Amino acid sequence: MADLSVDLAGIRSPNPFWLASAPPTNSGYQVMRAFAAGWGGAVWKTLALEPIVNVTSRFAGLNAGAYRMLGMNNIELITDRPLEVNLEEIAACKAAYPDRPIIASLMTECTRESWHELVRRVETVPIDGFELNFGCPHGMSERGQGAAVGQDPELITLITRWVKEAAHVPVIVKLTPNVADVRVPARAAAEGGADAISLINTINSLIGVDLDTWLPIPHVDGKSSHGGFCGPAVKPIALNMVGACARDEGVGIPISGIGGIADWRDAVEFLLMGSTTVQVCTTVMHHGFRIVGDMIDGLSNYLDERGLASVRELIGQTVPRFVDWNDLNLDYAVVARIDPESCIRCNKCYIACEDAAHQCIDRPADPLLAPVVDEEHCVGCNLCAMVCPVQDCITMVRTDAGDTVHTWRERLSVPS
Amino acid sequence: METLRLTDPWPALGPSIAKHLSQLDVRVEANRCLNCYDAPCIRACPTGIDVPRFIGRIATGDLLGSARTIMDANPVGASCARVCPTEQLCEGACVYNADASPIRIGDLQRYATDWAIERGATLFAAGPPTGKHVAVIGAGPAGLAAARDLARLGHAVTVFERDPQPGGLDTYGIVPFRLPAEIALWEAEQVRALGVTFRTGVAVGEAIAAQEVLATHDAVVLAVGMGAVPRLGIAGEDAAGVWDALAFIRAAKSGAGVGALGNTVAVIGGGNTAIDAATCSRRLGVPSVTMYYRRGFERMTAYQFEIEFAQVEGVEFRTCSLPSRILVEHGRVAGLEVVATHPDGSARVLPGSERVVPADTVIVAIGQSRHVALLDAFGVRYGPTGIALVDDAMRTNRPNIFAAGDCTFTPGGIDAMVVEAAQRGKTAARSIDAFLREAAA
Repeated sequence: MADLSVDLAGIRSPNPFWLASAPPTNSGYQVMRAFAAGWGGAVWKTLALEPIVNVTSRFAGLNAGAYRMLGMNNIELITDRPLEVNLEEIAACKAAYPDRPIIASLMTECTRESWHELVRRVETVPIDGFELNFGCPHGMSERGQGAAVGQDPELITLITRWVKEAAHVPVIVKLTPNVADVRVPARAAAEGGADAISLINTINSLIGVDLDTWLPIPHVDGKSSHGGFCGPAVKPIALNMVGACARDEGVGIPISGIGGIADWRDAVEFLLMGSTTVQVCTTVMHHGFRIVGDMIDGLSNYLDERGLASVRELIGQTVPRFVDWNDLNLDYAVVARIDPESCIRCNKCYIACEDAAHQCIDRPADPLLAPVVDEEHCVGCNLCAMVCPVQDCITMVRTDAGDTVHTWRERLSVPS
Repeated sequence: METLRLTDPWPALGPSIAKHLSQLDVRVEANRCLNCYDAPCIRACPTGIDVPRFIGRIATGDLLGSARTIMDANPVGASCARVCPTEQLCEGACVYNADASPIRIGDLQRYATDWAIERGATLFAAGPPTGKHVAVIGAGPAGLAAARDLARLGHAVTVFERDPQPGGLDTYGIVPFRLPAEIALWEAEQVRALGVTFRTGVAVGEAIAAQEVLATHDAVVLAVGMGAVPRLGIAGEDAAGVWDALAFIRAAKSGAGVGALGNTVAVIGGGNTAIDAATCSRRLGVPSVTMYYRRGFERMTAYQFEIEFAQVEGVEFRTCSLPSRILVEHGRVAGLEVVATHPDGSARVLPGSERVVPADTVIVAIGQSRHVALLDAFGVRYGPTGIALVDDAMRTNRPNIFAAGDCTFTPGGIDAMVVEAAQRGKTAARSIDAFLREAAA
């Protein structure tokens, strides 16, 4: 069996699956259960010097057809329990599971003294690292904390420096996606001396409006405010931001990937795109801690089947392939090909191409025959293969000779 | 007048055979539909219901739009959601059959139409009046469909129905555990709500002459269905305990009762009505019910699911068995003599194969007679089997007379379905509309 252990900026973990700082890491009871289930590490629900007050209700789900919680929105804040209680429970968890890293997520007001005091008090228990919560987009950001910091590169650098002055364990900066270019705050964290970054925190969101009451969802006594969006639906956004940071020379520090990781396959993608660990929350909120067993099993079998000795061999492998559009080969060409044997005649490909692509799938006069691709005009957009409900019925076949590469960047550089 | 047990079909007949669909079933199943383009399920529906559309509307919670989509294409879509042989129609055509279970289209259709029934939803409105008046003879599926669409096209419609209630076989001739009368009556009520006049209990050709109907209307739709089960032509068939299957189902469904049936019922026939009579007998508590059919299983006009349902209900089958005599004692059925027929399905009798089987009641379900006298009265030509001769547009030889439904179906054909009758009624309505507008132009 492949070695699943990883090391994120000196934080060693038996597997790359961490619980993100969120409701599942609110208490020692939960983290004990999580470690018993097999989670490699946990980022504790964000600690502050004084507990905050939460509202009810707090969460809302985005459903897609019969699928529940494709995404979720939350307006819960950081821990609402006293710091000393959290620290006692962290110590108990570390005593029970010394091999599992516990990272303390921190948030406090924007003064050097406040951050130093929080670091000092938390370091009275055996923690493995800090994660600075510069990401929470709701509530705390209105108090100048969370995403309010994460959207200000100078503050990120400043606070990271303060923490690094006081901390004796690695410091991870957790980034908000609610910025124009995530590389800017990532570079600012590196500039401040962060040992790693983690991303993404949740995305500004309003999940819906109740059609009967016309109230926003979820509502607190008839009113709501924007929340943070997470869950499988945000995975593509998170993966892009992780990749953007991984390939940016100005960032250059390890990454803990977060955002929509629901199974081992998602985890592999985040690892390939440059994450060393992955953090999970929504899937646990949906199915419970037990899902980590399936994640470990799937990852382990995947590595064994590919003959890889360690999960570390995955980290960052795809990053060199993640480039600017200007560097894509304009000569590369594929066309769709429909297998008439496995085609079930739903004609989804036909109508998608006809109405939304390039009108290059033809239907034979006999409706019992499979649609046919007009390969001469097919631009290889993949839409037909995407809408096809049958696995591998529509494949994309390469049609160029494969011996030339021309990019837009080259075109621009050619003198006219 | 007969009392129809509308909301609670005679409790002795047991619960509906319709599969219950929970909220979760509905959500999963409606979302499973692929929303095919030029979907084969639509092509497979004789009335062309836009199946992906009505299912998509269920999925988004637009039950009104869903019910309207169904009933727009099929004026008896609630009944069809219960009696259609869906595995031979929409569900049989579902693309999922290749790799997975087909969408439960019939169950979803029932869900949407049940919603409309429970809500008392108004689905359609009458069209602007044309000043034309059409008579529809018969308030069964074909007649209701014709009347509904004629009213939506703005024509004044009067429906003449010999029975006290509209709905035809849907109301009287299909067992309530498959199709409760209240469903068919709701469909009729939808038609009445468009301003259509129903003259029930009025037999055209008896209470009112065909000529009078013709004289007072601009066009006529003959949707007269069929008559009583014909005679077997064997000894003993006038004995007490011999039933016409449709009269039997009608008596059971209406609550009038069928009296004592004894321990053994012999049902003669192999069609839908024979199945209904047999399963109904079982549900009435008869320990032994056997269907006798003169050919093999493969020639039965009953659908496979009906045969399987009957077997589950405990009905036994004797194929290649032709009744030759009903034994009578004291004026009552005392047994049934059957002869074996050739196993090639030709129904040729094998000489010397007579045997007597037990029977306390004999129910005859060998098809229905034709209303040829009524066709004669309207001057409408009919074929040798008594079916009204119509073209694809449901036109008869008389320019102002159209025909639809059972009176136009070839005997023994598999098209003798409620849904096909509805489609022919729709077609007749369109043809009449074209005829009347042409005449007015």
